[in-house]
Amino acid sequence: MNDFRKIRSPLAEDEVSRLHCGDRVLLSGVVYTARDQAHRRMFEALSRGEPLPFPLKGQVLFYAGPTPVAPGAVIGAIGPTTSSRMDRYTPALLERGLKGMIGKGKRSPEVIEAVRRFGAVYFGAMGGVAALLSRRVREASVVAYEDLGPEAVRRLVVEDFPLIVINDREGRDLYEEAVRIYGKARPSSPVP
Amino acid sequence: MPPLREIPAKMITETVRKLFLGANVVLGEDVREAFREALGREISPAGREALEKILENSTLAQETGTPICQDTGLAIVFLELGQDAHVAGGDLYEAVQEGVRRAYRDGYFRKSLCDPLSRENTGDNTPAVIHVEIVPGERLRIIVMPKGGGSENMSSVEMMVPAAGREGIRELVVERVRKAGPNPCPPVIVGVGIGGSQEQAVLLAKKALLRPVGRSNPWDERLARLEGEILQEVNGLGIGPQGYGGTVTALAVHVEMRPCHIATLPVAVALQCHAVRHREETL
Repeated sequence: MNDFRKIRSPLAEDEVSRLHCGDRVLLSGVVYTARDQAHRRMFEALSRGEPLPFPLKGQVLFYAGPTPVAPGAVIGAIGPTTSSRMDRYTPALLERGLKGMIGKGKRSPEVIEAVRRFGAVYFGAMGGVAALLSRRVREASVVAYEDLGPEAVRRLVVEDFPLIVINDREGRDLYEEAVRIYGKARPSSPVP
Repeated sequence: MPPLREIPAKMITETVRKLFLGANVVLGEDVREAFREALGREISPAGREALEKILENSTLAQETGTPICQDTGLAIVFLELGQDAHVAGGDLYEAVQEGVRRAYRDGYFRKSLCDPLSRENTGDNTPAVIHVEIVPGERLRIIVMPKGGGSENMSSVEMMVPAAGREGIRELVVERVRKAGPNPCPPVIVGVGIGGSQEQAVLLAKKALLRPVGRSNPWDERLARLEGEILQEVNGLGIGPQGYGGTVTALAVHVEMRPCHIATLPVAVALQCHAVRHREETL
């Protein structure tokens, strides 16, 4: 298995071009949390021609809604939510300069194509290990949609946040490739 | 008439609170053992690393009192209430809701419930989903299950044709796990409910998840064999831990069954993410 490579966010263009499906990276820098309701609001704002409450160009969105912050902590437990719920909003964000996304699970063909076309990257973070991941967050502050509670947009500064490249700008998909390598050939049976 | 045994409502509240506080932070020993055992079988390096992280995370969560997963779930509560018990000093359902409210406040757990249409958060993780069964005796068994949204979204119920039979059921379950892929946070536990009415099938599948991980069906040898076959096939799909590829896609398959109508064959599949969280206590 290849070793982790360190990268920084916001993502530079040449950095994204060096990221390939299956690469394991440690990300340091700024990421913004946004999940279901934040995406809806961002999408609606863009549809009305309004600016977003935080910059999008070169940035990384983390599909996450952390637990409340316990006394003395920087952040609560944090980890990725299932990305596919954001799929319908994602191409429009990529078109406007979003460079990276952190989540878990498969993306739609439309998102995979938009990642390729706009030269972006979709990272997988491990789900269900939120105590471990919370240790990699150095700063956290709510920057938009505070009324959404756990779904508010938070600006995080992370250090050596462990990720794996799922979809890259060549249109590859780690989940598909993994099943081809490790799956035993069996005819796909239709679900009645 | 023999006197009814009194169970104070506030004792129920406190027990529910305590159980959720524990469930969200401490992974059961049966689950940890299942991961250790899975580590020995997993052939993919990425899969093994994921399993190691899951174990490391559970240790850290317990040591620091941090939730295992940020999705501390919708609160599901199963109650088995003895018919000779009397809940005193309050409303049974409200006692449970108050316990959930307090656990999610005191544990700094995420409040993950919202209005389905406006999507506005209810603010205190209530209402919990409460299932009550009246049973013989004078005790109250309380089982709590914080259920994450990601794996819940990959669960389903199918009204199959009786002619589909055993093979049809096996294929359906494997296909559900294949389609879910990385989304429900594998390695999963696959709960299968066969028979009953449509809604009973779903409940059977959910309750099957409560069985200690990997203990095969103790009542019906046919189901125990079916569990083994489905598990083997699911683990041949190649999805692996977190979908990064591998041979451990599921830790276990638990099947429960009840008789159904002569015209029907309901089959429900409930997927449980690797953060298997449930606890119980009997008052």
